[in-house]
Amino acid sequence: MDIIYLLIPIAIILAGCGIWAFFWSVNTGQYEDLESPAHSILYDDDDDLIPDDAKPTNKAQDD
Amino acid sequence: MPQGSSYSTIIDGKPRDMCCPGCLAVAETIVNSGLDTYYKHRTENAYSPDISSNELSDALLLELSLFDEASVQESFVVTTENSAEATLVIEGITCAACVWLLENHIKNISGVEKVHVNLTNHRARITWNTESSKLSTILAEIYRIGYQAHPYHPDKEEQLLEQETKRATRRLGIAGIGMMQTMMMAVALYGGALQGIENQYVTFIRWASLVIATPVVLYAARPFFQAAVRDLKTRHLTMDVPVSIAIGGAYLASIWATVTNSGDVYFDSVTMFTFFLLIGRFLEMKARHRTGRAGNSLLNLLPASAIRMIDGEEQLISASDVKVGDLVLIKPGHIIPADGYIVNGSSSVDESALTGEYLPIRKENGENVVGGTINVENPITIKITQVGNETQLSAIVRLLERAQEDKPQVAKLADKVASYFVAAVLITASVVGIGWWLVEPAHAFWITLSVLVVTCPCALSLATPTALTAATGTLRQNGLLITRGHVLESLAGATHIVFDKTGTLTQGNLSLQEVIPLSSESILDCEHLAAALEQHSEHPIAKAFHDRFGALQADDIRTELGQGIEGTIQGTRYRIGKPEYAASICQQTQPDVPQTSGQWLLLCSESHALAWFRLNDQIRPEAQETIYRLQQLGLRCQMLTGDSSSAVEEVASELYIDTAISGVSPADKLNHVKALQEEGAQVIMVGDGINDIPVLAGAQTSIAMGSATDLAKTNADAVLIAHDLLRLVDGIILARKTRQVIRQNLGWSLFYNLLALPLAAFGFIAPYMAALGMSASSLVVVGNAMRLSRLPKLRPLKAKQAKVNPGS
Repeated sequence: MDIIYLLIPIAIILAGCGIWAFFWSVNTGQYEDLESPAHSILYDDDDDLIPDDAKPTNKAQDD
Repeated sequence: MPQGSSYSTIIDGKPRDMCCPGCLAVAETIVNSGLDTYYKHRTENAYSPDISSNELSDALLLELSLFDEASVQESFVVTTENSAEATLVIEGITCAACVWLLENHIKNISGVEKVHVNLTNHRARITWNTESSKLSTILAEIYRIGYQAHPYHPDKEEQLLEQETKRATRRLGIAGIGMMQTMMMAVALYGGALQGIENQYVTFIRWASLVIATPVVLYAARPFFQAAVRDLKTRHLTMDVPVSIAIGGAYLASIWATVTNSGDVYFDSVTMFTFFLLIGRFLEMKARHRTGRAGNSLLNLLPASAIRMIDGEEQLISASDVKVGDLVLIKPGHIIPADGYIVNGSSSVDESALTGEYLPIRKENGENVVGGTINVENPITIKITQVGNETQLSAIVRLLERAQEDKPQVAKLADKVASYFVAAVLITASVVGIGWWLVEPAHAFWITLSVLVVTCPCALSLATPTALTAATGTLRQNGLLITRGHVLESLAGATHIVFDKTGTLTQGNLSLQEVIPLSSESILDCEHLAAALEQHSEHPIAKAFHDRFGALQADDIRTELGQGIEGTIQGTRYRIGKPEYAASICQQTQPDVPQTSGQWLLLCSESHALAWFRLNDQIRPEAQETIYRLQQLGLRCQMLTGDSSSAVEEVASELYIDTAISGVSPADKLNHVKALQEEGAQVIMVGDGINDIPVLAGAQTSIAMGSATDLAKTNADAVLIAHDLLRLVDGIILARKTRQVIRQNLGWSLFYNLLALPLAAFGFIAPYMAALGMSASSLVVVGNAMRLSRLPKLRPLKAKQAKVNPGS
C-alpha cells in the first residue's frame, strides 16, 4: 500500500495540470462559442480534398 | 414565399423563386462565389436583406468608407505593423450556416488574414492586411451577402459580463475537478472504514483531500461567502447564509479532524455541494447573459455619419462630431443625427423608434425633429439644438434608469423559507450541542457537526434554481427568452397584463389587405403598376408592395409630399396615393371610398381609375386567442398606446380587451402602471418601442417583442423571440407549474431534513450516510424539476369560444 504515497501526489499534480489547462482554455475564449463548431464539421465544403476516384459517382448509375 | 414571384436564380442546378430583388442579389452573390452549399446546410430561413440590387448604392459605400479613417477606427481597431484586427457585430445571423457563409465569404476577400464568427454573440473577429485591403471593402462584402456589420465597442457593462462569465466558468472547473478527486479519496476512506485500514494511510489520504478541497472552498465557493456576508450586513437571511455555514463549518471541522487525527472528514460533501450549487448558479447566469450582444444598442440607433453644410458646401463627417449650431443636411432614408429644427425644406419623419407608430409624421419648416428618427421623403436641412446626453433619446434612457430604481421587488419564496430554515437549524444545532455536552462531552462536537452537515440545505438550495433553470430552458426553446431570475415567479403571480398596440398586438407595419380593381386590368397587373411607382420611395407604404417590386420599371418619378407618387410606366402616366390626388390626373370624379376601415390608396392612369388598394396595420392573427386565453387564466388585459386614432377602438373591441387607453406619452404609461401597482396589482408589460422602455422598466415583469429595438430588449425581463403572442400563455402556465414544483421541492427537502435531523441528533449518522442522503434528496429535487422540461399542452379552443366575448 505504500505506493499511494507516490500515486496520490501524482494524481494531485495531474489535477493541477488539468486546472491549468482549463484556465488557459477559459482565458483564451475556447468556451465562448459552443454552437457553431459542432455544426462546421458537417459542412461538405471539402470537395476539392476528396480524390476523384473516391467520389460517389452518380453518373455510373445514369449510364 | 409569396405566390407569383417574378425573381428566380439558379441554385444547385435548379431555378429557385425569390421574394424580392434584394434576396435575388444576395443569392446570386452567394452562388457566384461558389458558396452555394450554404443553402444545403441552413436550418433557419434568412431575413430579407435591406439592399435592392447586386451593386451597393454609392451612398452606402460612401458611408462605409468613413470607417477607413484613422480617427473612426481608433476606438475599435487594433493595428500592428501592417495588419489590423477589428471586432464587428453582425446583424442577421440566424443559424450555424450563416457563420459558415460569412467566414468563407470574408476569407475569400484579398488581404483578409483571419476571420472568426461567433454564433452565440454574433460577433466577428477579422484580421486583415492594411496594405492590400480596407475595412470598408470587408464591410461592403458583408452587406452584399445580406448581413449588416457594425463596429463593436464593448462598453463597461459588457466587459464586466464577459469577465463574470469567465470567472464563473473557472470556478465551475475548479469545483468539478476538485469534486472528482476528493470523491476518489473518499471511496478509499469509506472502504477503509468498512474493511479496516491502517491509521497512517487514513491520515495521508485526509491530508491529500485537504489539499484538493482547499482551492474549491477558497476560490470556487467564494461567491457564496461574499453574498452571505453582504446579506448578514443588511440583516437579511437568504439561502447563501445556510450554504456558507454548511460549507465553511464542514470544511473547518474537517481541517480540525485532519490536524488532530480525530472524528470524521467531510471534504467530499463540501466539494460536491459546492459543485452542485455552482452548476445551478452558472446556468442561471447563462440565461441572464443571453441577450448580451445588444450592449451598444443606443449607439446603433444613431447614424454613423452626417452631412454638415458649411457655406453651401457638403462635408461628410462622423455623427459623433456634430455640434450644437451645425447645419446638417439629411437625405431621404437617413437617420437624423441629433435633435434640432428644420431650417430648409419639409418632409415626413418616421418616429417609430421613439413612439412605435409606423406612419411618418409630416414636418414643416421650423418644426422640431428628434435625433434617432428617420427622414422619409425629401431632403431637409436642420439646425442642431441638442447633442449627446441632452437629446430626447437620452432623456428616455434617463427615465428608464429612474423607473428601474423604483421597480417593486418580487418576494422570493426560497429566500423566505431560507430565513426560517437558518434560524431553525442554528437553534436546533445549539440545543443538540448543549444537550450532548451535558450528557457526553466527548461526542458533543462531532454530533453537532453531523447535525449541521445532515441538515446541509443542499436539496433546499437546489430546489428553486433547478426548477427555474428547467423552465427557462423549455421556454427558450419555445421562443420566450427569460433574462432575469425573478421572471418566472412574477409571471406566476401576475394579475394584470398590459400591451402596447403597434408592433405588439398588431404587426407594426402596413400590409396590403385588399385590391379592388375598378376597370378591366387584373389585380396582379394593378399590383405590379403600384409596385413600380412605390419602388423608389422610402415611405413605409412602399414596403407593403415589397414582394411585387421589379416586375415593371417606372421613370420620371415625382413624389408629392403626403399625397402620393406620379410616374411613367411604358409610356403612360400613372398616379398612386390619396384619392383626390390620384383622381386629378384623369380628370374624372373620384370614385367613392369603400366602407371598410384602413388606409385606401387609389391608382389612376391618365385615362381612368384602375384600382383601390387597402392597407392596414394588421392585428396579429393569434392576438385574439391569446387575449381570450389570458382572460381564462384570470388576468386582466389592458392596452396602452401612444396612438390616438380610431384604430385603437377597433383593435380593442375586436380583441375584447378590458381597458384601452389611447394617446398617452411614455411618462403617462409609466404613471398608469405605477398606479395599478399601488393598488396591489402585479403587472406584466408587453411592448416593443423605445417609448415603451420606461414603462417596461417600471412593471414587475416586462416582455419585449423579438422585433423590438435592441435597447428595449436589453432592458426587458424577457424577450418574445418567436413573434407568437401565444407563447405568453405558455409562459404563464409554465410559470405557475414552476411555482408548484418549487413548493413541492421545498416541501420535500424540508421533510428530508426534518427526518434526518433527529437521527443525527442522536448520533446514528455516519458521514457517508450523510453524503448519501444528501445526494439522494438532491436527485429527487432535480428529477422533479425536470418535469418542467416539457410545455403543458394548450387545450384546443372550440371555434365558438374564441369568437364569443368572454365578458358577456
